[in-house]
Amino acid sequence: MGDSELSPAGAGGPALDPVLENAPRRRGRLRASAPDRVFDAVNVAILALVLVALVYPLYFVVISSISEPSLVSTGKVTWYPRGLTLQGYTRVLRDPNILIGYRNTFIYTGVGTTLNVTLTVLAGYALSRRDFRGRNVITGLIVFTMLFNGGLIPLYLVVRNLGLLDTLGAMVLPTAVNVVNLIIARTFFATTIPDELLEAARVDGCGTARFFFQIVLPISPAIIAVEVLFYGVFHWNAFFEALIFLNDPDKYPLQMVLRDILLRARLSQMMFTGDPRELAEIQMLAELIKFSAIVVASAPILLLYPFLQRYFMTGVMIGSLKG
Amino acid sequence: MRYLRENWVLYLFVLPALIYFLVFHYWPMYGATIAFKNFTPIKGILGSPWAGFAHFERFFNSHFFELLIRNTILISVYVLVAAFPVPIAFALMVNQVDYAPLRKTLQTASYVPHFISMVVFIGMIFLFLSPTNGMVNRLIVFLGGEATDFMGSAAWFRHVYVATEIWKETGFAAIIYLAVLSTINPELHEAAIVDGATKLQRIIHIDVPGIVPTAVVLLILRVGRLMDIGFQKAFLMQTQLNVDASEIIPTYVYKQGLLGAQFSFSAAVGLFNAVINLALILLVNQIAKRVTGNSLW
Repeated sequence: MGDSELSPAGAGGPALDPVLENAPRRRGRLRASAPDRVFDAVNVAILALVLVALVYPLYFVVISSISEPSLVSTGKVTWYPRGLTLQGYTRVLRDPNILIGYRNTFIYTGVGTTLNVTLTVLAGYALSRRDFRGRNVITGLIVFTMLFNGGLIPLYLVVRNLGLLDTLGAMVLPTAVNVVNLIIARTFFATTIPDELLEAARVDGCGTARFFFQIVLPISPAIIAVEVLFYGVFHWNAFFEALIFLNDPDKYPLQMVLRDILLRARLSQMMFTGDPRELAEIQMLAELIKFSAIVVASAPILLLYPFLQRYFMTGVMIGSLKG
Repeated sequence: MRYLRENWVLYLFVLPALIYFLVFHYWPMYGATIAFKNFTPIKGILGSPWAGFAHFERFFNSHFFELLIRNTILISVYVLVAAFPVPIAFALMVNQVDYAPLRKTLQTASYVPHFISMVVFIGMIFLFLSPTNGMVNRLIVFLGGEATDFMGSAAWFRHVYVATEIWKETGFAAIIYLAVLSTINPELHEAAIVDGATKLQRIIHIDVPGIVPTAVVLLILRVGRLMDIGFQKAFLMQTQLNVDASEIIPTYVYKQGLLGAQFSFSAAVGLFNAVINLALILLVNQIAKRVTGNSLW
């Protein structure tokens, strides 16, 4: 049942990567015509440039973060790191704000994602049931929030009235359910759990709760993974909620700390005493710290990404189905 | 009654989410009535005196009004025209790559930027575009040009906004097109090959018609969100020097409302934007219904 062809993310997930697995192999290997050979050459050449344009900036950040800053700022670091130094990383990892930010982000991501996935999967399942009376009204009520919202200030006032400013609650409750992710869960359950399964369970006297927890959930690890991935990435990268609802620097998530380092690096200029050589040095060190901070902040997501890519694709594919 | 006895658990399942939407979406909609009041936190929403459309009038008459609308529309239309077609072209090209490792590498690499946080992303843009040490300017100088302070220039703001948008989101947006391309019947291509069609001809006559319906739907959705630009990117890219081009309604609401504590006025500005958004998407949906025969929902 779980591994029927309807399950978009079965264990091996062969149907997942549409282009990789399903693309018709249509190369005219035996007799590629001249225009086709020209086309292929041009196509691959352009795509190779695109690939470089995609990867090189990221690669450059990494090699710059371990290179002598004076060599980076004079453009001598291009293809490989030079004048190896870990100064940027030692400074970043010793920075108390970064550590606090890391800790807070871990908490917000863990608590937030747990809350998100629980609410989303439960509601998604209920709304996927065709026999659930009122599901159209409730779905309509939820989808309408995508089209219209009260705006930033009224939301801020609600959060303030609830006494959530500067609390964990401000970071997880206003984003507790995402409509798109909810629709993804609903569509997943609607397309993978056959009605016959429910009928059979009913005949055996299995109640709704037991059916969901003992039968539906065990065959739906894919949707859990998709939701964890989407919400987890959201919380790890979350910045807006912190900007609006948090004033206490001890509560700041990583992204707020990063913003101070990357975009408001005024401190380095304030340390400036008047000697232009000193200014240049401080600026270079500040850049090194920026490169290192980018790597430190992005590494967890980007390292996990290859393992999660499958689920990411699944989510996008389900999301594109019209519910 | 029997129905409820058997299915009350479903209502229990949906209840937490429903409470969430009522508290964090519908309560603020009610709270948006402060746009028509002179709201002070002490008096609360009900206790504050009515102001009618005074805040709206003040906004429409301020010199910011034209600037905000203009910036919003210019950024939106620019993204629409320049960035929308790129994932389509990318998908069509990737789809033609026969060498599987290259195709897989291209796909994987193109999704990665989507996962980079906006703060880190804008931080990278500032580093790369730095007029003194940035690699872009170094390349420009190397090629004989003159270093430009891209982030400190209102004239450059939109170009940087759109170019970086393309870099970050093309791969993600291409997923859907690649999926559609993979569903095109291979027999069409085989028949075309037999007839001597070149790859380019097959792209134009088979692949493109195959993805046009999807592209049209996505385009319609995009047009419906014309006045709805995300806050984060413009806000983080904003400097004092480019503010003439980077100030959009959400950044203005944030500054006036939260930093300036003008609750009612900025709520009015936000409500104005939300109403325009709603009207646009409803209008676009009506048009879509007429043109394509199916509505978006």
